[in-house]
Amino acid sequence: MCDQTFLAITFGPCDNCSQNKPLMNIYLKNEPINYCSLCVELMACQGLAKGETIHTLKAESETLKTKLEEERAKLHDVELHQVAEKIEALGQFVMKTRRTLKGHGNKVLCVDWCRDKRRIVSSSQDGKVIVWDAYTTNKEHAVTMPCTWVMACAYAPSGCAVACGGLDNKCSVYPLSLDKNENLAAKKKSVAMHTNYLSSCSFTNSDMQILTSSGDGTCALWDVESGQLLQSFHGHSADVLSLNLAPSETGNTFVSGGCDKKANVWDMRSGQNVQSFETHESDINSVKYYPSGDAFATGSDDATCRLYDLRADREVAIYSKESIIFGASSVDFSLSGRLLFAGYNDYTINVWDVLKGTRVAILFGHENRVSTVRVSPDGTAFCSGSWDNTLRIWA
Amino acid sequence: MAQASQEQGAVGIADPDEDSPNMIAYRKIEDIITRLQDETEGVPVRTVKSFLSKIPSVVTGSDIVQWMMKNLNIDDPAEAIHIGSLIAAQGYMFPISDHVLTLKDDGTLYRFQAPYFWPSNCWEPENTDYAIYLCKRTMQNKTRLELADYEAENLARLQRAFARKWEFIFMQAEAQVKIDRKKDKTERKIVDSQERAFWDVHRPVPGCVNTTEMDIRKCRRLKNPQRVKKSVYGVVDDTQTQSPVHTPSQQSGKDTREDVEKEILFLNTQLDRHCMKMSKVAETLMIYTEQYLDYDPFVTLPDPANPWISDDVTFWELEASKDPSQPRVKKWGFSLDEALKDPVGREQFLKFLESEFSSENLLFWLAVQDLKCRPLQEVAARAQEIWQEFLAEGAPNAINLDSHSYERTSQNLKDPGRYSFEDAQDHIYKLMKSDSYPRFLRSNAYQDLLLARKKPETEQGRRTSLEKFTRSVGKSLTSKRLTGLMQSS
Repeated sequence: MCDQTFLAITFGPCDNCSQNKPLMNIYLKNEPINYCSLCVELMACQGLAKGETIHTLKAESETLKTKLEEERAKLHDVELHQVAEKIEALGQFVMKTRRTLKGHGNKVLCVDWCRDKRRIVSSSQDGKVIVWDAYTTNKEHAVTMPCTWVMACAYAPSGCAVACGGLDNKCSVYPLSLDKNENLAAKKKSVAMHTNYLSSCSFTNSDMQILTSSGDGTCALWDVESGQLLQSFHGHSADVLSLNLAPSETGNTFVSGGCDKKANVWDMRSGQNVQSFETHESDINSVKYYPSGDAFATGSDDATCRLYDLRADREVAIYSKESIIFGASSVDFSLSGRLLFAGYNDYTINVWDVLKGTRVAILFGHENRVSTVRVSPDGTAFCSGSWDNTLRIWA
Repeated sequence: MAQASQEQGAVGIADPDEDSPNMIAYRKIEDIITRLQDETEGVPVRTVKSFLSKIPSVVTGSDIVQWMMKNLNIDDPAEAIHIGSLIAAQGYMFPISDHVLTLKDDGTLYRFQAPYFWPSNCWEPENTDYAIYLCKRTMQNKTRLELADYEAENLARLQRAFARKWEFIFMQAEAQVKIDRKKDKTERKIVDSQERAFWDVHRPVPGCVNTTEMDIRKCRRLKNPQRVKKSVYGVVDDTQTQSPVHTPSQQSGKDTREDVEKEILFLNTQLDRHCMKMSKVAETLMIYTEQYLDYDPFVTLPDPANPWISDDVTFWELEASKDPSQPRVKKWGFSLDEALKDPVGREQFLKFLESEFSSENLLFWLAVQDLKCRPLQEVAARAQEIWQEFLAEGAPNAINLDSHSYERTSQNLKDPGRYSFEDAQDHIYKLMKSDSYPRFLRSNAYQDLLLARKKPETEQGRRTSLEKFTRSVGKSLTSKRLTGLMQSS
């Protein structure tokens, strides 16, 4: 740019000032333009000015962040576990595997419960989606997806359909037929289309809407019947790995967590990001609301689980131990919210006392990473899925 | 190791790989391994005499377990064994006489892996390397280096796969043997075992977990293909293309001006937010949990017993029955949400509202909930129906809205959508919550269910019909009163 002794290839009207001058053929945002050297210099200076403004903006952003942290810290008058000292400690837990579901040919990646409290749907790296009656351990339906790594699956509220997807970047809905001989794959409906893998999906209160999250950094709400995009949610700067809808009957919000270490709370109506939390040191693999809807827990590759409260707009508890080295892949609450079940990449499930912050049990059994943990709708059991190809029901 | 990464940070070289999930775990393990090998604070690593030979640089499994329990705050030896086995399975230490990488709490001898072979060096050794290794093993005439069955099978498979370049592999193996011979005997023992342990990680015994398997969602973010080490013996397999997991990250990660402006807007909104004190937050969380503790099957043993434990589905059958149990009725009293969540609760509340002639509120709320669940193409029509039934002039089930909400809703209906009635629904919900719902909880109907007042069969029959009579009389009287009022005004 500084070297003025160039050979002018063309002579003509400048695209910018329209004067007849020797022109420089340059590219601006991949478009070829012809500017005279004066206009090129002016543009370069403006570019510099723009650059400076970004710096001042970033500085402003940093100042605001510090101020926000200060304001929040003022309200941090006590720790949750300190207040929880006055409540009774929980007794000894006897949690055992009550059922083992074998049948997947490869890693189990996701599981979801049916509202009937005993059926589950699971998906696997082998491309299969299986619906089980977990109580009897019978397989009731099986679908083979066209792609491997089916990372997400969900049961419809009616119990009449399941949704799943993964490396195919889509979320498809399969109605469950009572006729065992019917080919479920034939009735498949493609609902969601992302530009990268589908990491998680969840029906809203009805069979008619699905919320999805993707490796493309976005979440989206879809109308099942038409496949139309109802709302998209932009704000994460990396893959979104998990989402969870707020439990309230009147709720219109959900929380998502991703590889940008952020957990974001979204308004489903406007698509706006209403709250954001960034205290984890690595990817957030799982997010789950506390049953009252006032808080949510996260599980991360930094080997910790954390509790964030929406009214305090702050992290309020960390669940970690020196001996827990590997990441937490999945978390879920017991019905009262007193217990947090967390599956880890070290093949175990740790059970945490949410209020006191202590670990109340460590569950061995799986022979490879635990990839997913889900508590049943009535809280009588939880299901864990693992890279050892099995699912276990614990109670 | 932790120190090293700190220094790296100070110099300002941000290694993006340090952030990757695997690397975080590796650095923690390396910290433990370093402490384990500390001269004063670590485990006793020594040479053990065995028959006619000496076994250099080993430590017993139980020593490791003891150290872990003491230094990592572990109470249960099972936990220490578990973590130790994982550390072994990752490739940081190994039993000298077994291909299977686990930790045992006994006299089994273990050795630490050489940093050269650590997983944090991003090893992805190729099959040519493995072929060279197995080939070299067959050239060394020592019983302790004999191939295991699965290794012999692997070698046979590789010989078929690399048939055309087997001469080259053979030569490389010979070269490696020559290099190895030059080493000191003790050093050779150690290095041989470390090399074997390396391959136990990358080509595990069939049936063992392959700890090098990666979560495909995280693969894309290994930004530096240059860091990946593909060959132990300096041989690069030119037939293999670049590993598909190392495609460069698609997201640029650079903040545009727009991004920063959005962030500033967001931060300002957050600053305006009125937040709750931690002490208050803690109290509310505790109160909620306390209230539901009796309903949490993991904390309070359910009655009848948990089906998963007792193999008896009575618990579920009772929950599904229309006859609600006392605890279930009690739950309706926790919040309006709870009452509405339970279909029987909803029904009871509706019945009560009918008796108060304010059922249109709940009917409206339910209709709007249903609207939000409809497929997109049905929404507009359904919204109009709701308007006609509850809000329009002369609506059969007219609800009472303040003029502001009414205006807004009316505006929304010009372009009807799933959220057209949000304001109205919110208003009605608050009304029910503060007004009808508390009265419902005080009502005889609810109290009867709550206190499980069981009436004897015949009396119940009579009372119900008497109640029915008095209610119908009451209704007609009230309606007469209303019309009377309207006429007079």
